[in-house]
Amino acid sequence: MRNSGNSVTLRLWQVLLLAAVFVGWHVMTVPGILPPLYFGDPNRAAFLFGEPLKVFSRIWHWFWGGDIYRHLWVTLIETLLAFAIGTILGIAIGIWLALAPVASAIFDPYIKAINAMPRVILAPIFFVWFGLGIASKVALGVTLVFFIVFFNVYQGVKEVSPVVLANARMLGASPRQLLRYVYLPSAMSWVFASLHNSVGLAFVGAVVGEYLGSAEGVGYLILQAEGVFDINTVFAGILVLTGFALALDWIVTLAEKRLMVWQPRSSETERI
Amino acid sequence: MTAAALALERITCTFTARSGGSARFTALRDTTLVVAPGEFVSVVGPTGCGKSTLLNVAAGLLDPSAGEVRVFGEPLAGVNRHAGYLFQTEALMPWRNALDNVTAGLEFRGVPRDDAVAQAGEWLKRVGLGGFGDRYPHQLSGGMRKRVSLAQTLILNPQILLMDEPFSALDIQTRQLMENELLELWSQDRKSVVFITHDLEEAIALADRVVVLSAGPEAHPMGEYRIDLPRPRDVAEIRLTPRFIQLHTEIWHAMKGEVLKGYAQQRQ
Repeated sequence: MRNSGNSVTLRLWQVLLLAAVFVGWHVMTVPGILPPLYFGDPNRAAFLFGEPLKVFSRIWHWFWGGDIYRHLWVTLIETLLAFAIGTILGIAIGIWLALAPVASAIFDPYIKAINAMPRVILAPIFFVWFGLGIASKVALGVTLVFFIVFFNVYQGVKEVSPVVLANARMLGASPRQLLRYVYLPSAMSWVFASLHNSVGLAFVGAVVGEYLGSAEGVGYLILQAEGVFDINTVFAGILVLTGFALALDWIVTLAEKRLMVWQPRSSETERI
Repeated sequence: MTAAALALERITCTFTARSGGSARFTALRDTTLVVAPGEFVSVVGPTGCGKSTLLNVAAGLLDPSAGEVRVFGEPLAGVNRHAGYLFQTEALMPWRNALDNVTAGLEFRGVPRDDAVAQAGEWLKRVGLGGFGDRYPHQLSGGMRKRVSLAQTLILNPQILLMDEPFSALDIQTRQLMENELLELWSQDRKSVVFITHDLEEAIALADRVVVLSAGPEAHPMGEYRIDLPRPRDVAEIRLTPRFIQLHTEIWHAMKGEVLKGYAQQRQ
């Protein structure tokens, strides 16, 4: 029972820490509570760091008034599309290059070069090619997701146990069946292992893309607020994005648990 | 005269060093091994003598540098379709549970799923794992995984069974159990078996014939012994019979020199 008591205490401390941060933020920024410590003008702190109560009221209005859903939806669609397209491309090209040593040798330096390039700078090109709508954000997200998945799949195919492979061949698997029943499952285990990373980067691609130029999405809300020095809305946007990212991560964790049942975990005793 | 189930004729296997250059390693030289239908042949030899190489050639997983493989009289091209292979190390697909591992071969052949599952369930029962179909390989013990492998191979009813030290990683009790189970399964429909092992006792206890390979490199068969022990056998009990001890002494005398040679080479 000690253990569960500890976890409750732990949770309590975590909540207290969060509350302390917000209280500290409130006390430091709202004009008139503390004498101005650093800034000459008492309104200066609020201007630079926002005020938590106003931030929360902004979030409340967004969700209550229903303005935010359209933007959240756009960001979600961009994230999912970037993730799906990047993953499919990564799997296809990863398997192809892993099984074709000559092609892999030819492409190797270019893949390294593109991977080393800071891909966010591609955003202006994507805006020119795909416009300011969803497509350019998806393209940016794809360039981020693709490499994570690609390298994992490549590794996954290369590391298939030769014995498992020989066994499948002896059991009568054709080259095509080897791909489907051996290479692909092995590669998928590596893809799932990098799921947190790739979903996270798809999200980054979507938000950064929106922030650099868009007409919709949570990144656009932040961009707009920044333009009029509405720091409270900027913070509200950041908090909403954080919550959104946490929700995505939680879904990924659930998916992972379902998909990776075959992998050994450190302790696995059945409860009677 | 009927054709041999498996005939390896004057097989030579030379490997070039992976680092390139002219370094070469000849694992087998002029090795001939003929297995009759229904015959259980054990191949023993010191470690590193090319036993596994020989089996890979028989399986069609490795092309010999010279020589020919015939399966029921037909020259072998590609993977040996008549053979099942039991590997020394883990060969199960870790992402499939025991049942799906056993059905794999049938799936590759396009057998309908229901049919495959029914047969696989039958085979799991036959190897004593009736209730373990939904377990993944990592949830099974080493002996259980070997049983799944056995079911996975035997479900396809191969005419030739190639076994590469399949029980070497098991503890001695499990191993004797598995050996007895193997003999029982084998006695039901008498496949041709090539059983590779470094353990002479295991070889004698199981086989109709024991072939001794010389120490590598350039290994070749240096002796053949017919094992005239009565069947059915119990591998634990048969070791105590006078005839077993006599055979063991005889073969061991012939082998000893090669084992020491192999050992000396490895220490260099």
